[in-house]
Amino acid sequence: MAKRVLMSGNIAAAEGAILAGCHAFFGYPITPQNDLLEHMSRRLPPLGRIFVQTESELSAINMVLGASAAGFRAMTSTSGPGFSLQQEGISYMAGMELPAVIVDVMRAGPGLGSIGGAQGDYFQATKGGGHGDYRVLTLAPASAQEMMDLTMLAFELADKYRNPVVVLADGFLGQAMEPVAMREPVAELPGKPWAITGARGRPKNVLNSLELEPADLEPRMQALVQKFEMMRQNEVRYESLDLDDASMAIVAYGSASRSAMTAVHMARQEGLRVGLLRPISLFPFPYQALSDLAQRVDDFLVAELSFGQLVEDVRWAVGPNHRVELVNRLAGVRLSAEEILEAIRKMAR
Amino acid sequence: MAQTKAAKSDTILFAAPQSLEDVPLHYCPGCGHGIVHRLIAEVVDKLGIADRTVCVASVGCSAINYLYFKFDGLESSHGRAPASASGIKRCRPDLIPFTYQGDGDLAAIGTAEIVHACARGENITVFFINNAIYGMTGGQMAPTTLVGMHSTSTPGGRNPALAGYPIKVCEMLSTLEGPAYIARVSIYNPAQVRRAKQAIELAFRTQLAGLGLALVEVLSPCPVGWGVEPVQAMDWLVEHMLPQYPLGEYKVTEAVQALKEVKGHA
Repeated sequence: MAKRVLMSGNIAAAEGAILAGCHAFFGYPITPQNDLLEHMSRRLPPLGRIFVQTESELSAINMVLGASAAGFRAMTSTSGPGFSLQQEGISYMAGMELPAVIVDVMRAGPGLGSIGGAQGDYFQATKGGGHGDYRVLTLAPASAQEMMDLTMLAFELADKYRNPVVVLADGFLGQAMEPVAMREPVAELPGKPWAITGARGRPKNVLNSLELEPADLEPRMQALVQKFEMMRQNEVRYESLDLDDASMAIVAYGSASRSAMTAVHMARQEGLRVGLLRPISLFPFPYQALSDLAQRVDDFLVAELSFGQLVEDVRWAVGPNHRVELVNRLAGVRLSAEEILEAIRKMAR
Repeated sequence: MAQTKAAKSDTILFAAPQSLEDVPLHYCPGCGHGIVHRLIAEVVDKLGIADRTVCVASVGCSAINYLYFKFDGLESSHGRAPASASGIKRCRPDLIPFTYQGDGDLAAIGTAEIVHACARGENITVFFINNAIYGMTGGQMAPTTLVGMHSTSTPGGRNPALAGYPIKVCEMLSTLEGPAYIARVSIYNPAQVRRAKQAIELAFRTQLAGLGLALVEVLSPCPVGWGVEPVQAMDWLVEHMLPQYPLGEYKVTEAVQALKEVKGHA
């Protein structure tokens, strides 16, 4: 049995990155992800790997871009305001087809907002976020264990698709301490013949997103579209709880899904036939799973720590013939199981 | 190719550098980029580092200059080339990345990146082309546009009360501990072109010796942006830019000085 270690979600993500062969971390301090950056500053140099605290999140994402272009697994971590600054670099990396992992430990906002955990970066992470047509794979951990596991998966998928991958966590997940079963380090990393390694014994490699002729850019963008379609086909991930006989389904991800799980258990004790569908991949979103579920479930309750972002995707998935309601808290306030249970009772009446 | 044609004569007196692609450059007549590209290619050839060199382009007229070199190339977003080049160099110390940035890229939108790359003493090479104008977007005011100078966004001439003063990049960055070599050169006549090449070579050798960041600012003409003929642009540069941007070495660490004094080198 794997060794279990008590650690915060942020540190679990850092350790997951190290296990996944992340060679370089570039980041800027921002609450609530600081312990991830601090942990990397202690862990990476003794391993002969790279840690740089940069002057801004902009610089961090562009150092990630350089390290990735050179063929290395590289990452940054940040929170809302920094994530906004990094959209430029993420868009460039999507256009240049460069792998990268960005951990966004979401805080409340807009603006400077507050440092409490929230889920308001959902649209930004799942619908593109930066300029132009692109998507990033977005994974939503719901425990310290998944902070580790999904960060490892993020590196794998980033290389597989040559595309940035966002691990969309939040302040609650980042800070909470939980036991984590340690994983084995990734033994072999994929080859990257496209990387910038010096034009020795091969034609030069150029990594760019620019095509001055629209006729040259369109096929490149079509290829990106096909790649995003492949992600939709292959990378949908979700977890189901108590849905077999359910007449009502809660949809929640990340730390909100933890309260939702408790609420489901409490509701079941009251004889309410409630289950939970927890999206693990937010892009691609489990539209089909929800659409299938809508064949046999009447009502949907969306629990999220934002003012109604996830709920839009759920409404889209289940169509107009179902009741879809929202239970949420904002601004870094915790959404309790009791509040979700009350919403379940109200909807069941 | 130029080399093939030249090879027909008995003695090759002049040929295109090996590291330069044999393709037409897109630059306007009288632009300085072509000269600087050639100098970089000549130095890379001389040092024998083409298989390790990486051109990190920027945003502006030279955004696609990786198409003109035979070594590896990387695009970067506006102003961030020093960060991307640092990312490469930190992971692959054996590679020789250089950034190639205009005045808008380096001295406006990218000031944070260049200042902190200098402060950290990143072991990269920076070529900073100062033509006192935004060329690519049609001749707007640059951070280095001179006081009183006309541009498409300073129609009455740059008025410091409204638009501030030009930034002197070499002077500013040479106050930092991190950089190893900072120099300002120009290309307005053959003697200056030779000096520019010496500075470019020393900048690469600074990186090869692992001595820290080297930056060479090149005062370069933009006849179209300035609204003058190519030949007059060289005179305009001498008359107007040199007094504001004096040529010379602004920072030479002892280690770089020792490198300079190695016999047979610049």
